[in-house]
Amino acid sequence: MAVLRPARRSSAPLLTGVMCALLLLFLPAASASRDFAPADNETWRNPARSTQEEVPHHQTNSTAHKKAFPVLSFNYEHVRKPFEISLWILLALLMKLAFHIIPRVSHVVPESCLLIVVGLLVGGIIKAVDEKAPVFDSKLFFFYLLPPIILDAGYFLPIRPFTENMGTILMFAVVGTLWNAFFIGGTVYGICQIEAAQLGGVDLLSCLLFGSIISAVDPVSVLSLFEEIHINELLHILVFGESLLNDAVTVVLYHLLKEFSHAGSVTVVDAVLGVVCFFVVSLGGVLVGIIYGVLGAFTSRFTSHSRVIEPLFVFLYSYMAYLSAEVFHLSGIMSLIACGVIMRPYVEANISHKSYTTIKYFLKMWSSVSETLMFIFLGVATVEGPHEWNWTFVIFTVFICLVSRVLGVVGLTAIINKFRIVKLSKKDQFIVAYGGLRGAIAFSLGFLLTDNEMKNLFLTAIITVIFFTVFVQGMTIKPLVELLAVKRKKESKGSINEEIHTQFLDHLLTGIEGICGHYGHHHWKDKLNRFNKSYLKKWLISGNRSTEPQLISFYNKMEMKQAMMLVESGSAAKLPRVSSTASMQNIQPKEQPRRRAMPSISKSREQEIRKMLRANLQNTKQRLRSYSRHDLMIDPLEDNVSEVRFRKQRVEMERRMSHYLTVPAKRQETPSVRKVWFGPAGFHL
Amino acid sequence: MGASQTRTEHQYQSLADKTGFSLEQIKNLHQRFQHLSGNEEKISRENLDSIPALANNPIKKQIIEAFFDKRNQHQEEVGFFEEIGFEQFLMVMSHFRPPTLKMTEEEKQAMRKEKLRFLFNMHDTDNDGTITLDEYRKVVEELLSKSGAIDQEAAKAIADAAMLEVASTNVPHMGPDDFYEGITFEHFEQILKGLEMESRMHIRFLGVDTTTMRCGKSTS
Repeated sequence: MAVLRPARRSSAPLLTGVMCALLLLFLPAASASRDFAPADNETWRNPARSTQEEVPHHQTNSTAHKKAFPVLSFNYEHVRKPFEISLWILLALLMKLAFHIIPRVSHVVPESCLLIVVGLLVGGIIKAVDEKAPVFDSKLFFFYLLPPIILDAGYFLPIRPFTENMGTILMFAVVGTLWNAFFIGGTVYGICQIEAAQLGGVDLLSCLLFGSIISAVDPVSVLSLFEEIHINELLHILVFGESLLNDAVTVVLYHLLKEFSHAGSVTVVDAVLGVVCFFVVSLGGVLVGIIYGVLGAFTSRFTSHSRVIEPLFVFLYSYMAYLSAEVFHLSGIMSLIACGVIMRPYVEANISHKSYTTIKYFLKMWSSVSETLMFIFLGVATVEGPHEWNWTFVIFTVFICLVSRVLGVVGLTAIINKFRIVKLSKKDQFIVAYGGLRGAIAFSLGFLLTDNEMKNLFLTAIITVIFFTVFVQGMTIKPLVELLAVKRKKESKGSINEEIHTQFLDHLLTGIEGICGHYGHHHWKDKLNRFNKSYLKKWLISGNRSTEPQLISFYNKMEMKQAMMLVESGSAAKLPRVSSTASMQNIQPKEQPRRRAMPSISKSREQEIRKMLRANLQNTKQRLRSYSRHDLMIDPLEDNVSEVRFRKQRVEMERRMSHYLTVPAKRQETPSVRKVWFGPAGFHL
Repeated sequence: MGASQTRTEHQYQSLADKTGFSLEQIKNLHQRFQHLSGNEEKISRENLDSIPALANNPIKKQIIEAFFDKRNQHQEEVGFFEEIGFEQFLMVMSHFRPPTLKMTEEEKQAMRKEKLRFLFNMHDTDNDGTITLDEYRKVVEELLSKSGAIDQEAAKAIADAAMLEVASTNVPHMGPDDFYEGITFEHFEQILKGLEMESRMHIRFLGVDTTTMRCGKSTS
């Protein structure tokens, strides 16, 4: 990426110029949209209405003389709403494209910052053109923009580190958020009492409400940032898990304090009810998610005859889980995550490989679009206002947010470390504290406040905090991570040895716990696994996959992946394990007679394998096993493949493929080619 | 009572120095040892075999053997005990201690090596210093043994693939006639480098500086 060809470099500014021109051209049209908000604008409707009035008028006239048949007519009203929505999305994606063409910027500045800046620019342009911008509607945000991102996060949540650190994550999410909310609310109230700041109108409950909105770490910002810095798994899951689970706390606190600030006073009974409400909201949300997850898994058991609609079930059940939770004011985010987590192992065992790929890419695509749109809207809404800027309030809020986060993390870690075996070091604490970004959820919640004189003040402060965390903390965290030499994410290549030993370790540690006589972490995990195997898998997974041990499915998956890679990578230079010439022969002990004929696989399965491998010759996209949204498809042959070379590679691949399957045919055996062997447990296409 | 108490405490102290456990933990483990052995001085394989929690464990036999393996006592002996005393029991358990926050990088590496050595000894049943293909096959078979009707072939295929992976990572250039004897300890370390054993292979021993679930300290 560092070396751009000269032609490309000169086209980058040209491209951005073209896009700016496009922007200016389309914006007056787009900005006239009132479809995101219920407000009406007279000037646009009136011409339409007047034309409607004119038409009957015309018709009365037309009896006198016939109107010519309109060959070409202009009717923008007809398509306005979908047109503008598509335009906004297209704009967002073009911006995203632009960033990756200019590599220098995207290395330094995280994508979320760039998108917000774009939003600011667009908002500024709209204001300059003196049109009304699309009003930021919280409903749009919570129902359409947020769920894809959360589903993507929940579906691909790494379960093992999440459950291993569950206690820590819960502590940070619940106790940490509560501490933040009350500390920020309390100190802000204290500041408001000072005469000099002229903030007399702000009462305690409003301040606490404000505190509860601003205290929660935002999953979207965290996700967007942490994906770029590739930090080690433990820290990633701590901050990320916290941002997901604190939704329950935020929901309860927000509704509670909103009710109280209407009522004006709070009693002890209310406080107790609040605590009960918290448990109901969080556990209820999880329960709803589990129900839908099980339903989804059960449905996927029967989809073997209509593979095409399989991905839809996953998406719809998850979305229903979210909406159902919102009906009861339960935590929609937790419901969505629970649904994705529960559904995933069973669904993946049932659906075809293509459906799995579809689900993965659709989720990534939707969440990518959502995130982009969200940041751009944030920028636009910032410019739009209305703002009430009060220096004391805003500066103080930013400062207090930082302080309370640091204090919260340090204090909680001191308690948590007493219970953890692998303790959190000071470096870890710093990253956890520094990575607590605020984002669009805080803004939307602020937007939902009832209109009073404090709303604008709060909104301004919220926006400032969001900007500060996203820009300042977002931009500096990468160099800080390198400066402090924090452990980075290690690239795992899916080794069968590691899988074997992970399972071996699980059983070993469970056994040792049994000998020691106390029921620890591993004991319960083992019990859950056994329950899963004896009951759940039988119900939710179709066919004989239900009894397949995990090691075998892992092995099959790996073998298939390697087969694909071998077929798709074409030239030998691109083979990942090119350096090894070791083969089965080197391992087999010499005493045994060299087994020429490995146990053969049935003819039909062999046909299947051949068909699949051949089909993959046609499309040579490499499958990456990555969570990152930024680099999905890297096609090795895309850029500079000529027909002749491609055909030559095909011939070569055909030859290799025929060696690949152990067909006891009249072909020569080349001993140096690694023979792969597909086990009888089978794999589904 | 007083004199014997100080003697046991003295014993505990020397054990604590040797294995790294705290006195509280040693006390707890001793109680468990007495329970398992039926208040005898030594336990045999049958005592461990009869623990109900181990009944469903696929690698039960290997775990029990590990307790009686002389190699795990760090005294350069080989072979197997018939019965073990509390000190040997404790020695084996000390392999499962977690790393502490104050450990230096070298200490962590040493701990990792010790734990990997324990695992290696579990696989290398004939004690020739390498894990041969047969031994590895047996490991995989045992792992899959409790998962219903499994194919011998599947287990073999997995073990073969795993062995091939070790060979190709550690000895990349092998001619067609070279023979890879087995996984040596260095290769074993290499292949499991990514798993960070020192943070994964541990269990929680009661009575540590962690605040335990028991109310009040024991006064025995």
